[in-house]
Amino acid sequence: MGTFPRHRLAAVALAATGVLLVTGGCGGGDEAAGDGTITLTVDVFGQFGYEQLYQQYMDANPNIKIVERGTGGNLDEYSPKLTQWLAAGKGAGDIVAIEEGLMVEYKANPDNFVNLLDHGAADLKGNFLEWKWNQGLTADGQKLIGLGTDVGGMAMCYRTDLFDKAGLPTDREQVSALWPTWEDYIATGEKFKAANTGASFLDAATNTFNTIVLQTAGNAQGYHYYDTSDNLVVDTNPAVKQAWDITMNIINAGLSGKYGSWSEEWVSAFKQAKFATIACPAWMTGVIEGNAGPEAKGKWDIARVPGNGGNWGGSHLAVPQQSKHKDEAVKLVKFLTSAEGHIGAFKAKGPLPSSPQALDDPAITEATNAYFSDAPVGRIFGEGAKTLKPVYMGPKNQAVRTEVENAVRTVELGQRTPEQGWQDAVDNAKKAAAK
Amino acid sequence: MALQLDARPPATPAPRGTRPSRAGRLSRIDAKYSPYLYIAPFFVIFAIFGAWPLAYTFWVSLHDWDLLGSNPTFVGADNYTRLLADSDFWHSVVNTLGIFVLSTVPQLLAALWLANLLNRQLRMRTGWRMAVLVPNVTSTAAVAIVFGVLFGREFGMVNWLLDLVGVDGIEWKSNRFASWVAISTMVDWRWTGYNALIFLAAMQAIPRDLYEAAAIDGANRARQFWTITVPLLKPTIIFCVIISNIGGLQLFTEPRLFHSGTNAIRGGPMRESQTMTMYMFENAFAPYYNFGYGSAVAWLLFALIAIVAAINVLIIRRLGAGARPDTGKRKGGSR
Repeated sequence: MGTFPRHRLAAVALAATGVLLVTGGCGGGDEAAGDGTITLTVDVFGQFGYEQLYQQYMDANPNIKIVERGTGGNLDEYSPKLTQWLAAGKGAGDIVAIEEGLMVEYKANPDNFVNLLDHGAADLKGNFLEWKWNQGLTADGQKLIGLGTDVGGMAMCYRTDLFDKAGLPTDREQVSALWPTWEDYIATGEKFKAANTGASFLDAATNTFNTIVLQTAGNAQGYHYYDTSDNLVVDTNPAVKQAWDITMNIINAGLSGKYGSWSEEWVSAFKQAKFATIACPAWMTGVIEGNAGPEAKGKWDIARVPGNGGNWGGSHLAVPQQSKHKDEAVKLVKFLTSAEGHIGAFKAKGPLPSSPQALDDPAITEATNAYFSDAPVGRIFGEGAKTLKPVYMGPKNQAVRTEVENAVRTVELGQRTPEQGWQDAVDNAKKAAAK
Repeated sequence: MALQLDARPPATPAPRGTRPSRAGRLSRIDAKYSPYLYIAPFFVIFAIFGAWPLAYTFWVSLHDWDLLGSNPTFVGADNYTRLLADSDFWHSVVNTLGIFVLSTVPQLLAALWLANLLNRQLRMRTGWRMAVLVPNVTSTAAVAIVFGVLFGREFGMVNWLLDLVGVDGIEWKSNRFASWVAISTMVDWRWTGYNALIFLAAMQAIPRDLYEAAAIDGANRARQFWTITVPLLKPTIIFCVIISNIGGLQLFTEPRLFHSGTNAIRGGPMRESQTMTMYMFENAFAPYYNFGYGSAVAWLLFALIAIVAAINVLIIRRLGAGARPDTGKRKGGSR
């Protein structure tokens, strides 16, 4: 081998390090402007619906400027970023949103966050549903990491145009009457399928499975993958197996469109009206509107969810210890999680309040959603919210849930039989929990 | 006209006195040490951005290190022994090697062929040469997203075209081999032109008279290509193979963005196209946040690259040895 490859390599390496030098200079960090304005950065995912509230807050506090990052993003992409920022001690916003499934992991290292109890948050306890408040509290009750934003009360969203085409009723009361149980839901799906509308009955079995498991677990002992002593019980918890079996029946009936949830195909399927129903936690209404776009306005409606109740998702707002404006950030968190903040967010993008006062407010109870054919969203979602039975989430909840949902997906795609899929779910969940 | 090829500085005049002057001493120091100073920036930067992270990653890999936890515990080689028994890890190794072979071999052959075409007398030669580099300056993320859509199951153009010719749609994202092919296509689309230009540059350095002599001896174009061009390109081919190795085995953006939605980092429901770097990310970051385990993956990846590069060099040396034309007598081509 001649001598020039070595020179080439060195040249390439030099060029590469040059690039590194140039790009290495960039980095996050909040800048204090010369005129005394404080910029507060809020990191979110999905749709929190805070734009109007920010404006209101900035008008009342002229020295504060609020910037939101991550709007519309995917939780799967947001949470690793947040973890990296926390681990690096740099880069996180002054306020960060934490989804309930990840709360346990973040609570395990509470020192990354400001203890809101040190900032007078204890007085606010009555403003939240009790379990929502407790989710933000560490196990010893000494530290409050986050204040609650929304809860994920459940419904079933459906497309009236596709139901009409299939000869099914389109009125939301009549549709709700079609499916008191998941078996009825499957029976309705079979009728829909027989009508050959060119669309599937539902988007993806994974989403439906998650809805069912949170419901069966909430109605039974109040936990799904982990029991309340943090033992992994995927294989022994009857609530999980029951949800699995219902989901398998949905798959076997051929009702799923198999659009991988949150993928680009899933979004396209919304746009092209390729499925008729989707399990719909309150926050999903904002997602549907965003994905299906304005041209589908008035073609969607909301009915009761099959089975009974259930809660999927919901978040907290926290202030990372690394924030340079902790006091101002805490003030903004308190504003955004006040009853007023909950109502504002609900009106903008539909996340259901976790504040009992807000839930009783006429602004919520009488709210309708024009996009969803003027469905009385406040009543549909709000009704069960105060009696919601939450599901406990253990330490590796996110990783375990990923494994179980993936097993559902492999069965849905025909890669595994339901029996093999269940075995995968149990084995991989154990492996994930041990990592 | 004679060219002066001797680049040495002119001989210094004999020192005037017996004791060297201050300036002389300085210039001796200058001559002795300043070369080190000139090359220092590379080594300093390499130490900061290359060697130090490498060593630190190794240190991390010896710990049970939760990314958010404050107290990592030393576990020795524990992460490595667990990793070597981890079937998902080996699955990702096979994926990586599979995608690597599927992409690199056709890519380098195509690049060689393309370079050979570009080396002929063509109209708008510079335009063509620029054109092959265009895919390379496109953002990888954009390429990956576009290809991800092209290879969609239901709304993708590739399946639509297959449907037109009567072939059933392929599950590009959840069929292991199909996803390898799709990702390799993406990599090839991006890198073939780049390698072609490197080959082209090396081809232009081959003396024309070799071809003239071969033509007189009756060798046709194909024969000339295989017995003159290819052997003389050997160092360049080795370079390209090694660079492709490093890039190919570290493949991340293409397979990651090829999948979208939840758990895209798995590269498909059954990890059909999860590469080693994706597995590293899955463990070091979401959803496991096991920094130590992820670092161990990184080190084994490093080892794998070193091994594959060594094998490549050996193979190419062996191949080249038989076909090398006798150029020993032709020193200093005269043109």
